[in-house]
Amino acid sequence: MNRNSIAFWIGAGLFLVVVALLPQLIRNEYPFFAAYVILQFIVLSVAWSILGGYAGYVNFGTSAFFGVGVYTAVFLFKATGAPLAVQLAAAAAVGALLGFAVGLLTLRMQGIFFSIATIALTIVIETSVTNWRFVGGAAGIQMQRPAVMAPFDGYVQMLVFVQALLVVLAIVIARYMQSSWIGRGLQALKDDELAAECTGVPTLRLKVLACVISGALMCAAGAPAAMYLQYADPSSAFNLNYSVSVLAMSLIGGTAHWAGPVIGAILLGTTQQLLTVTISSEVNLLVLGIMLVVFVVAAPEGLIGLIRKASRKRAEREA
Amino acid sequence: MTSTEPELPLLRIGGLTKRFGGFTALDNVSVDIRAGERFGLIGPNGSGKTTLINCISGAFRTEPGTVLFRGEDITPLPAHMRTRRGIARSFQIPRPFKSMTVVENLMVALDFATVAGGFVPAAHRRDTVMAILAQTGLTSKADLPTTGLSQVELRKMELARAMATHPKLLISDEAMAGLSSSEVDEVLDLLIKLAGEGITIIMIEHIMQAVMRFSQRVMCLDAGRIIALGAPDEVMANQRVQEAYLGT
Repeated sequence: MNRNSIAFWIGAGLFLVVVALLPQLIRNEYPFFAAYVILQFIVLSVAWSILGGYAGYVNFGTSAFFGVGVYTAVFLFKATGAPLAVQLAAAAAVGALLGFAVGLLTLRMQGIFFSIATIALTIVIETSVTNWRFVGGAAGIQMQRPAVMAPFDGYVQMLVFVQALLVVLAIVIARYMQSSWIGRGLQALKDDELAAECTGVPTLRLKVLACVISGALMCAAGAPAAMYLQYADPSSAFNLNYSVSVLAMSLIGGTAHWAGPVIGAILLGTTQQLLTVTISSEVNLLVLGIMLVVFVVAAPEGLIGLIRKASRKRAEREA
Repeated sequence: MTSTEPELPLLRIGGLTKRFGGFTALDNVSVDIRAGERFGLIGPNGSGKTTLINCISGAFRTEPGTVLFRGEDITPLPAHMRTRRGIARSFQIPRPFKSMTVVENLMVALDFATVAGGFVPAAHRRDTVMAILAQTGLTSKADLPTTGLSQVELRKMELARAMATHPKLLISDEAMAGLSSSEVDEVLDLLIKLAGEGITIIMIEHIMQAVMRFSQRVMCLDAGRIIALGAPDEVMANQRVQEAYLGT
C-alpha cells in the first residue's frame, strides 16, 4: 500500500469514529437530522458519478433508484419485519438488478437515449408503487421504528452512522474503480466509444457494470429513508428533486475524481439545509439552479477541475 | 504460395454485403488477404472502402456475408473481441482518447486488448508503451495530452495505439490524408517498417504514389463492388479503375 492509500484508510476510519462518537457530544437531535440528509446525498452523488462521471452517461433516474430502495425496505419491513441490515442488503440487490436490466436495455444505444429511458423509468415505477396497496399506495405508509440497537441511544443517530458506513463504502468502490482498469476503460469509452471498442474495451459490459454498481449504491442509500422519516409515500420517495440535486452536486463538485461529488454534495447539501431552515425549502431550489448555471458557465469541470487547474499553474510557475 | 498447397488466408471475406436503408454500400465483396501481405485498398469517395473496414473491424454488423480471421468465423463477434483476436485499425479522422496523454492512450490497449496474448506485467507496462512510441517517433510526446498533438502526430499516435494491441492485421484508414509530402513519407516508412515485422497491413489511401510504393496487391472498389484486384501497376492500368477515378 502506498502512502496515499494509507492516508485514505486512516481518514475513512477517523470519519467513522467521529460519527460514532458525536452522539456523546451533541445532545440536540437536529444536527443529526441534517447530517443524515447530507450523507445520503454524498452516497447518491458518488454513485451517480460512477456512471455519469466516469462513463459519461447522464442518469436522470436517481429518484427511481432511490425510491425503489425506500420501498424495498418498506415492503420487507412490513412483510417480514426484517432488520435494517437485511433491508439494506436487499435494497442493494434490487438496485443492482434494476441497474442491470436498465443498463442492458438502454446502454446499447449511445448518448441521450439512456437519459430519456431513466426519466421514463422513474415515472413507470412511481406509478406502479402509487397503485400498490400493500405498501400504502398514494396515501403513503407510517413506519413504526423498532427499538434502537446498542451502543446507539437514538434511532436517528444510528441511521446517521449507517449512512456514514454507506458513504465510506461508496467512496471505496468509486476510488477503486477510478484507479483500476475499469476506470480507464470507462474513461476511454467516455472519450470515444468506437475507438475504445476498437482498442479492445468491452464497452457494453463496462457500462452495464457501472450501471449495476451505481444502482445498487443508490438503492442502498434509499433503504433507511423510511425509518428516518417514519413515513414513506411515492411522491416524495420518487421526487425528481433527488435526480436534479444529485446531478447538480456531481457536476458542481466535478466528476473526474471521486472527491468531486463528495465535495459537491457537502457544499450543496449544507447550503440546502441552511436555506431550508433559515428561509424556505423553495428558495433552496432556486439557489441550486443558479449555482448549476454559474458552474456550467464558469467551471464546467467542477470544483475538482478548478483545483487541478490551479495546481497545474502553480507547478508551471515553479518549473 | 503455390496452387498445390493451399494455405489458409489470414483474412477471408466472403460475400459481404452491407446496406444502409435502400443504399447498398458493399455488394457481395469477397477477397482473401494473405498473412504478411501489404494490401492496398483504393476507390473513389463513397465507394465503400471505410464501410469494408468497419465490417472487418466489427463496427458494423454484416448481413449477409462472413469474415473469417485465421480460420475462425468472427462475423458474430463485437469489435473488442476482434481487436483481442488481432485486428487493429486506425481511423480516417483521428479518434484519440482526448482526456488522456499519449502514454495513457496506449495503456488502454495494454489493459484491454492484450488479454489473449497474456497480461503485460505492471513493471514492464511503461517500457512496452515507450518501445512502441520510440518505433513510431513519438517518444518526446509521451506525456503530452493528445490535444497538444499535430495532425501527423495524431495519425502516428493512432498507429501506435493500434500497435499496442499487438495486432496480426493492421488496417490503416487514410492515415496520410491531409499530410504534407514529407509527412506522408514518414507515415509510409513507418507502415513499411511494421509490415517488415510480420504484421499484415491493409492500407486505404488516396495518395497513389504511397499506394504504389507500399502495396504488393491493390484492390479497387467502386460503388461497393470490386472492379480490380491484382498487382499495383496492373490495377492502375485497368480501364475501369481509370474511369472510376477520372470519370468518363
